[in-house]
Amino acid sequence: MEFAIEAKKLTKRFGHFTAVNEIDFSVKYGECFGLLGPNGAGKTSTVKMIYGFSPVTSGKLEVLGMDIMTNARDAKSLLGIVSQEDNLDPELTVRENLLVYAGYFRLDRKTARTRADEILSFMGLEDKANDVVENLSGGLKRRLTIGRALINDPGILILDEPTTGLDPHARRLVWQRLRQLKEEGTTMLLTTHYLEEASQLCDRLIIMHHGEILEQGTPAELVQKHVGRDAVEIGFTQKQKIPAELVNRFLNWGGPLVKSHQVLGTDLIIFTQQGEFLSAKLRKQAAVAKIPLAYQNLRPATLEDVFLKLTGEYLDAPDGKGRELE
Amino acid sequence: MQNTQPSRLSLLHGISQKPDLSWPLVFSVFLRNLKVFSKTWVATIMFNFVEPLLYLWAMGFGLGVYVTQIQGLSYLDFLAPGLIASSAMFATTYEMTYGSFTRMGHQKVFHGMVATPVSMDDVLMGEILYGTFKGLLYGFVFFTVVVLFGIAKSPLALLAIIPLFFMSAVFSIISLVWTAIAPNYDSFGYFFTLFISPMFLFAGIFFPIDNLPPAIQFLPAMTPLYHAVEVIRPLILGKVYWGMLIHLAWLVALTLVTIRLPLVMVKNKLIK
Ligand SMILES: Nc1ncnc2c1ncn2[C@@H]1O[C@H](COP(=O)(O)OP(=O)(O)O)[C@@H](O)[C@H]1O
Ligand SMILES: [Mg+2]
Repeated sequence: MEFAIEAKKLTKRFGHFTAVNEIDFSVKYGECFGLLGPNGAGKTSTVKMIYGFSPVTSGKLEVLGMDIMTNARDAKSLLGIVSQEDNLDPELTVRENLLVYAGYFRLDRKTARTRADEILSFMGLEDKANDVVENLSGGLKRRLTIGRALINDPGILILDEPTTGLDPHARRLVWQRLRQLKEEGTTMLLTTHYLEEASQLCDRLIIMHHGEILEQGTPAELVQKHVGRDAVEIGFTQKQKIPAELVNRFLNWGGPLVKSHQVLGTDLIIFTQQGEFLSAKLRKQAAVAKIPLAYQNLRPATLEDVFLKLTGEYLDAPDGKGRELE
Repeated sequence: MQNTQPSRLSLLHGISQKPDLSWPLVFSVFLRNLKVFSKTWVATIMFNFVEPLLYLWAMGFGLGVYVTQIQGLSYLDFLAPGLIASSAMFATTYEMTYGSFTRMGHQKVFHGMVATPVSMDDVLMGEILYGTFKGLLYGFVFFTVVVLFGIAKSPLALLAIIPLFFMSAVFSIISLVWTAIAPNYDSFGYFFTLFISPMFLFAGIFFPIDNLPPAIQFLPAMTPLYHAVEVIRPLILGKVYWGMLIHLAWLVALTLVTIRLPLVMVKNKLIK
């Protein structure tokens, strides 16, 4: 078993619709592997195949060296799963949720109690141990769901959008726990459409879009490869789409400093290794040419820029489809 | 994307395959449901128990005064054993429709279970077990009433647990089949109005099915409730005869023939 998870030409179709299209990836032991992509990219479809919920349409999928399709029970006994939608037992208390779940893994009572106590303290849920789950906040429910997934001391922890819908504070608390698990060497597979989550937690990741893998690598590698170190954002005063001729003037001024660029509405984003220098140069040139600018901003390039570059869409768009560019 | 409703036939996909069952895990699913039930059992038993008691009073003591004899029995004796069966039937069918639909639907409890070594077949078998248990429990509660009223005439009455078991199992199965095809809670209204209530009224609890027009007597004769009542009544009253075994055999056969259905249907509904 070289890899914790190995997928080759993994495909999922629903009727005639292909949700996951012949993707290849492998997850190493001890790493946190990310599936980054907007809503509808095929993340959940992929993850559901990995934990044996949804049948593989075609391709090869090995989980901890086992074929998940033929050996689901054994494989599932070694997985910890946090699915995208909450599926706790709402009528039971926090502790009962853990104990009942332990029963599904056939842990004996004593082990189950010990594990439950450890998990309650690790997830910071001791005070809530006897609260009925229905009455918990979204953040606490998520923490319990993650804790419940740890009951069998899993070889791989699979998290499908673990912090979607949480407020920033609750999200941060979840991240802290996940980072600690990672430091303890837990192998993790995490899907997300938050680039910050991916860059904070993932050692390596794949960027998914429309069921395909666009890129894979470490977050830093991807940023470096596609967009470089810095992003210079230039806001024009035009109300309409900026003319190509104007864009070209700026690109020419940048010359070889321009690694790549993106036009986003009335903004031009130029990616470069030398942001400060380029930023100053463009400002000067624009002043000389008397081109009025609404603003100019220099910031570090991020995974979001990589995604924008690769797809022409934003990753975390509120309409769930990815905001299309002009 | 399109979340197309599967055709009724595709719900039967895999029916000929052997179910993937691990009995200890089936039992853990059953225990989970029991644990939830244990939180509210006093209230729910009271709720389900009052209704047949009202029927017993209204029909047995009220109407019964005008009915002197029915198949050689007082009306109370005729009626009460049937209410044991109907009490069980209602408990099971409510649990395996509204209850199961909630667990598989918005609570997603089934989804949580199958993310462990538990298989979907285990989950459904655990549900059937639980539905059967609830039928037995509510049947037993009403049985104690029947004993208190002095209606049970023989220790053989205790054997009523056997037909009650199979009848509850059949009702679990039928209800889960309906739940598998039900798009929403409203559709359970049809289930109760079209099947359960008519069964309650016409399947031999309140009057013998011989009183129905001969052309339609086959209808109640096809229902599990009728066959259960035909076994339970003689047992409670201590008037057993060999022919009862045919009714019992019918219940057992129906259980065995149908039990695979909800397993595949719910699996096909939930897993895409
Ligand atoms: N059961 C299903 N039937 C039909 N289409 C589905 C089903 N589940 C998901 N899809 C479609 O597959 C695509 C990928 O969905 P999903 O894997 O949930 O994406 P993500 O988790 O990345 O948001 C979407 O277009 C979605 O509508
Ligand atoms: Mg998803």
